[in-house]
Amino acid sequence: MKLSSYPIDGKYGKYGGRFVPEILMEAILELEKAYSIAKADSSFQQQLNYYLTQFAGRPTSLYYAENLTRKLGGAKIYLKREDLAHGGAHKINNTLGQALLAKRMGKTRVIAETGAGQHGVATAIACAALGLKAVVFMGTDDCERQRLNVFRMKLLDAEVHPVESGSKTLKDAINAAFRDWVTNLESTHYLIGSTMGPHPYPMIVRDFQSVIGKEIKQQFIAATGQLPDALVACVGGGSNAMGTFYPFEDDTNVKLYGVEAAGEGIASGRHAATLAAGQEGIFHGMYTYIIQDQNGQIGNTTSISAGLDYPGVGPEHSFLKTIKRAEYAYINDKEAVDAFLMLCKAEGIIPALESSHAVAYAIKLAPQMRRDKTIVVTLSGRGDKDVETIAKYTGAQI
Amino acid sequence: MTAIKEKFQKAKVNGEGLLIGYITAGDPTPEQTPKIADALIRGGVDILELGLPFSDPLADGPTIQEASLRALNAGTTPLKVLDIARQIKAKHNIPLVVMTYYNPVFHLGVDSFLSQAKTVGVDGFIVPDLPVEEASAYQKAAKMHKIDTIFLATPATSNDRLRKIVDSSSGFLYLVSRFGVTGAQTSVTDSTLQLIKHVQPSTVNKIPLAVGFGISKPEHVRRIIAAGADAAIVGSAFINIIKDNIQDLKAALVELQAVATELKSASKL
Repeated sequence: MKLSSYPIDGKYGKYGGRFVPEILMEAILELEKAYSIAKADSSFQQQLNYYLTQFAGRPTSLYYAENLTRKLGGAKIYLKREDLAHGGAHKINNTLGQALLAKRMGKTRVIAETGAGQHGVATAIACAALGLKAVVFMGTDDCERQRLNVFRMKLLDAEVHPVESGSKTLKDAINAAFRDWVTNLESTHYLIGSTMGPHPYPMIVRDFQSVIGKEIKQQFIAATGQLPDALVACVGGGSNAMGTFYPFEDDTNVKLYGVEAAGEGIASGRHAATLAAGQEGIFHGMYTYIIQDQNGQIGNTTSISAGLDYPGVGPEHSFLKTIKRAEYAYINDKEAVDAFLMLCKAEGIIPALESSHAVAYAIKLAPQMRRDKTIVVTLSGRGDKDVETIAKYTGAQI
Repeated sequence: MTAIKEKFQKAKVNGEGLLIGYITAGDPTPEQTPKIADALIRGGVDILELGLPFSDPLADGPTIQEASLRALNAGTTPLKVLDIARQIKAKHNIPLVVMTYYNPVFHLGVDSFLSQAKTVGVDGFIVPDLPVEEASAYQKAAKMHKIDTIFLATPATSNDRLRKIVDSSSGFLYLVSRFGVTGAQTSVTDSTLQLIKHVQPSTVNKIPLAVGFGISKPEHVRRIIAAGADAAIVGSAFINIIKDNIQDLKAALVELQAVATELKSASKL
């Protein structure tokens, strides 16, 4: 069985599935049907392609990070520049796709959750462009640390609903979005921002994000005549990583590395490294790895990066880990900040803190590989939103 | 015949509907839940639904979210909930149903947890985030341990799925009255009554039909029983009483019993 043929019946091996309240079942079955028709419809694909190129600025470039490579003295590092996509992150690939799908389904209102605010901004952008009403749920803690993005969403005419409950971060924003959805099913599409949730979401988000990996493949072959040796991407819910990995899943010579957020360190218990330190369970509609306690209660997570601060992970990542097709590593807050600073200085690129986790892992990996080997790091977003956090962390005055 | 089935059959003979009362186990503390159960049962609750609190109850509104949080903060664990169930069953001969999300059950081991639940006298389970398609392991374990599997049907459920859900359910079918999450409402809408009439032909002579979400007043109970439901499920209305009297449990118990009495008499048409 080719890995790219998953999900089979909504599952990636044993992971995935649809663990949702009955009230949502018809809606997700309807979504699955609408998506499979749209996927096969060339006019839908043309429309999406139009927006991705003319509006979102695709393809994004694949940039050879020569200075960083020289500094590390190992494998050549290339950066897939999703930070250059409209909105400043890869999130737009998925929001344009799902917003177009929502319109086809006759929905007028779109809801979304957001952690770092990037998915919220990308949802607001897609909805403004396509004439849909956007409502974004965001934990109050995240609103505080990403307040610039809250304001950006408002400028883009989205309603932002701060979520006070639970840990006041991404998982609670998702709970709030689900609760809104069951109340407004008729009018509303829930635009999930990562490769998580009940089937078909992990598949839909992966498919829309796989434009990243497809472009990497084309661009890398065009530049070098071969495939890269390794791909590195950060993993929260896992959408930029799935988008990067998926077109390479069956190219077994290409190593896949997903990088989770280790926060203050795995041993401290204050982290968001779900695949490294979680256990299998059922959460937010999916069977996957989850950070939970001995009673099956969902744990709280910690990461300097709001976008990785989530106690679950996309089910396809759990599958790739279990069958050992991908390796999952983790990077703590300090290493991520160091990588952030290094990329700023070496390459003149300010990466998102999420993406800095991937950069940090590449910094460890490259010197262990020969100089004729190659690594592609997906730079999932730009770090302008994070400069306040960096200033605070490094004790700098702005 | 299971205890739940027997209860419904007796009610049918008496020509009355049943009152199913939901409380979150451990709210406000695990020690107080048996007393709260006593008051509700004295008032006339026929079947007790005990919520096993989960950190992320995404089908629940603010009332049950907060109750879950109070219970978890008071140190309520799945095993403590089973102990509470044991205490209640030792004192009262009424059917007891545990309602919880799937992860705590899955984490403790579906078969092992259901087996322990049966030992303390639990008669049925409601797992709102476990649709029939994903439920085969749970159904197998429940069947083995003679625990009823109560599935939910909703206004969004197609006739096709309704058939599957009815076939998978035992004890009773839990009909969600409206779009939305749990929580007390001021009125029962006509669409809820139409929903009952729409679903009833699929359940009649197969399985009792219980209606929940938003039912909080005697008038609501009367209307849904008159529309053809076999039972009314009341939860948030009871929890609000607990919350409003959190400093004075005695007052809460008096009010819970009085409200349960009123709701129960409304179920006798």
